[in-house]
Amino acid sequence: MLREVDRSVSQTKQVKQLDRVIIRFAGDSGDGMQLTGDRFTQESAVFGNDLVTLPNFPAEIRAPQGTLPGVSSFQIHFADHDILTAGDRPDVLVAMNPAALKANLGDLPKGAAIIVDTADFTKRNLDKAGYDTNPLDQLGEVNDPLADFQVHAVDLTGITVEAVKEFGLSRKDASRAKNMFALGLLSWMYGRPTEPTVKFLEKKFAKVPDILGANLAAFKAGWNFGETTETFVVQYEIKPAKMKTGTYRNITGNLALSYGLVAAGVRSGLPVFLGSYPITPASDILHELSRHKSFGVTTLQAEDEIAGVGAAIGASFAGHLGVTTTSGPGIALKGEAIGLAVMTELPLLVVNVQRGGPSTGLPTKTEQSDLLQAMYGRNGEAPVPIVAPQSPGDCFAAAVEAARIAITYRTPVMLLSDGYLANGSEPWQIPSIEDLPVIDPNFATERNHATAKSADGEPDEFWPYLRDEETLARPWAIPGTAGLEHRIGGLEKGEGHGNISYDSVNHDRMVRIRAEKIKRIANSLPPLEIDDPSGEAKVLVIGWGSTYGPIGAACRRVRRAGYNVAQVHLRHLNPFPNDLGAILKSYDKVLVPEMNLGQLSKMLRAEYLVDAIGYNHVYGLPLKAAELAEAVGALVGEAEGKDVDLGEHGLNPPADHEEAPVS
Amino acid sequence: MTAIDLTTPTLRSGTELVPNVDEGVTQTGKEFTSDQEVRWCPGCGDYAVLKAVQGFLPDLGLRRENIVFVSGIGCSSRFPYYLDTYGMHSIHGRAPSIATGIATAREDLSVWVVTGDGDALSIGGNHLIHALRRNVNMTILLFNNRIYGLTKGQYSPTSEVGKVTKSTPVGSVDHPFNPVSLALGAEASFVARTIDSDRKHLTAVLAAAAAHRGTSFVEIYQNCPIFNDGAFDAIKGMGDHKGEKDYAVIPLVHGQPITFGVRDEAGPLNGLGDKALIRSASGNIEVVDTADVSTEAILVHDAHDPDPSTAFAISRLTAADYLNRSPIGIFRQVERPTYDDQARAQVSDAVSKVTGSAEDRLSALINAGDTWTID
Repeated sequence: MLREVDRSVSQTKQVKQLDRVIIRFAGDSGDGMQLTGDRFTQESAVFGNDLVTLPNFPAEIRAPQGTLPGVSSFQIHFADHDILTAGDRPDVLVAMNPAALKANLGDLPKGAAIIVDTADFTKRNLDKAGYDTNPLDQLGEVNDPLADFQVHAVDLTGITVEAVKEFGLSRKDASRAKNMFALGLLSWMYGRPTEPTVKFLEKKFAKVPDILGANLAAFKAGWNFGETTETFVVQYEIKPAKMKTGTYRNITGNLALSYGLVAAGVRSGLPVFLGSYPITPASDILHELSRHKSFGVTTLQAEDEIAGVGAAIGASFAGHLGVTTTSGPGIALKGEAIGLAVMTELPLLVVNVQRGGPSTGLPTKTEQSDLLQAMYGRNGEAPVPIVAPQSPGDCFAAAVEAARIAITYRTPVMLLSDGYLANGSEPWQIPSIEDLPVIDPNFATERNHATAKSADGEPDEFWPYLRDEETLARPWAIPGTAGLEHRIGGLEKGEGHGNISYDSVNHDRMVRIRAEKIKRIANSLPPLEIDDPSGEAKVLVIGWGSTYGPIGAACRRVRRAGYNVAQVHLRHLNPFPNDLGAILKSYDKVLVPEMNLGQLSKMLRAEYLVDAIGYNHVYGLPLKAAELAEAVGALVGEAEGKDVDLGEHGLNPPADHEEAPVS
Repeated sequence: MTAIDLTTPTLRSGTELVPNVDEGVTQTGKEFTSDQEVRWCPGCGDYAVLKAVQGFLPDLGLRRENIVFVSGIGCSSRFPYYLDTYGMHSIHGRAPSIATGIATAREDLSVWVVTGDGDALSIGGNHLIHALRRNVNMTILLFNNRIYGLTKGQYSPTSEVGKVTKSTPVGSVDHPFNPVSLALGAEASFVARTIDSDRKHLTAVLAAAAAHRGTSFVEIYQNCPIFNDGAFDAIKGMGDHKGEKDYAVIPLVHGQPITFGVRDEAGPLNGLGDKALIRSASGNIEVVDTADVSTEAILVHDAHDPDPSTAFAISRLTAADYLNRSPIGIFRQVERPTYDDQARAQVSDAVSKVTGSAEDRLSALINAGDTWTID
């Protein structure tokens, strides 16, 4: 029985309507929680909910089993309305072992539901998780540590093993299917369509019929357990969200970014050449692009970070779209080569999927602390344009935009994604290809300078640094073009002809020209979008990158509580858009939430002499909307000279959840 | 993990896909000379190599615009500025990686790397060994002067132990690399050594290197008259070492018995040198008096031996300290699939299997999987 529930026959069950739910699947890092979360996400996406996901896992591939550091989780927030974050606090926790329960309990609001697998609550595993006594033994007692929650303690593993008995697997192998049992149960509880998961399993395990059978059986058993037992009496319904018309798919940031790079190749007509060295959380882009050779994409897994960018620069010199992908530590190594691309003025895309730093830092956690590295992390005056996507799906458009700038202006461009965007997902409205910009590589084919020796005044030399008057871009002449042979390099160039020049006046001028070229990119940018529904806000909240969701959600909370606040989100960090200065100056207070200690706020203060106030956390996780709303509210109070109480729209219960926009 | 048996491309010449000049057109060294003033120190060995390269490039018969020289940092790395081809003077040690990108991106280019002992073996050691391992179709010219010249005289990774320099006033304690041994250890498919002052030999080695498909590694002994003058005097039979040349240079010619020293065409050794290499009972390579062994016992040089062990053993005849004995010539030249040919083959194979415009295929790609439509 695996089909949509016919609710008329489910008489003992009650169906409740909800507008949104946050579920967190948590287990040991080998328990398949990421896969479970991914499948639930696909089911919800196909069902038509808006959703945002937040995977959270340790850096170790198999951290010590049963321990707190080994806990891996996947949070999904899905709703019948437009949402912006994965949610601050889960309504439902699925905990597969004692460590998963302990590690996540602190994030749950009062009244949250806990579905917990009792199988692993043995003395040994309780010890590993640091429990002196089994919290499940005290349910309903005076000292019940879980008294604030609705706890459903079920032997998920035991039932799973029983359900897959016919496939003759060992207990260990059989119990591996427990994540599919949990998925089946949650799918029943929230009325998710099951076909996508059945299809997925059939494809994934096509070659191992026993494993396929066991997983399907466990998934069905989970569904039926909800349907037939008395353990769960309520089913929930979260209607599809009203979204803009179009075709959607669920997508992670790394996948969207990879597709954006392929699209940049198609729209520029340039073969994409990726030189990369594996690093978390950027490696998936290398994996994905290596699958798209049919688009003329070449991927080179280099011997190190420097060779990755070096090969990309070589490919750009040869007329390809050179790309290198990495995370912060890799950028540190690539710095000199990026400077070479600045000096030689070659198109180059440098993708930094930021993670917690410094040094090796928190490889699997998110942070935005490489902005100043992107701005200044090179020797000399070496300006590099910076583009940052604001959501997982937006990584696609941001990649195309970064390529537009790189190719048009002959410059390396830094694309700053982060770990949350990379692994998080959301429904993405799939763009039509003809709506993407056409990027003209505009290769040089003719000589461009007439020497005194030229009899007819026709150009008889090629000057690689003779610039376009409007963009200041230099001509890109690729090997194989007769008559345009030239040499470029890291030494300072004489203006125009590009030969080595140590002349002091020339150097001063070339430094200014390179800076001006980057500055002029701002002339090609659209005006900023200001989200200020009342038009009367005195406080502006401005951010960049993946904080878009939490900032947007926080602003909605403040507005719901009856206060005015404006939001602007920056896609271009260098150069800043031309209208940014005037916008900043038109608000009394400017708040800059960032997952760093104040890097954009520092840049805004330096550039515009504005008293940008930082809101900074580096938890390795996205900012929490309710906390941020309180900070915004406090600033609104200060700006408007009144007491601000966000009530249930801030950190106060019961409605500590994300709301629909104020219409 | 599974391994897929890749088909081996059948290309054989290093320049096979590079367009030639039109029939009847002959190029001159002058055409390959840029308008930039050469700024090496007077007497620098780099001049001789530059002249030889400018003189040799026309012989390749390739279109000038399809030749790219890439260099790193150091005295020799100024080389590309003086050639009227495409060129990039890049950053310290990274030229092999940049050239890898160029050579992989474009099959129609003849790619050359000019580097030095510091550039290639110190800061760029990693890129060098990986280029050799991958066997990317390009030629690497390593100018070995056994000193840092551009930074004014510190010891290099090929300087002898005990070398007194600005940074080692009481003698260097660093053990040096033998570049040929290193290249052979990295499984380079073409490894040669030549000397800046022997233009004929240099040119012959360059021609063989260019003709080889894969990474051709050529060590060029090059004298720095300012900071390490006379480093190769024994090899060149110069200075205090006049007359030592015959015993210092061991010429390697594929298919010929390896002998050196005094040669007397009319003598009892029939023109063989009076010293010879043999394989000893223990399997090592030994130097013996030619007169003491039978002609059959003399080691015949086999550059095409798939096993690099003998070539490596020959390379070890060069002492790590003062250079008073050195095999010169092509140590190894074997055919092995190149990284760039195979990478391009994978791409073109994938491209050949799809139909329709790139835009349509991109649209299909991003619309694949579980999608839903809101009307």
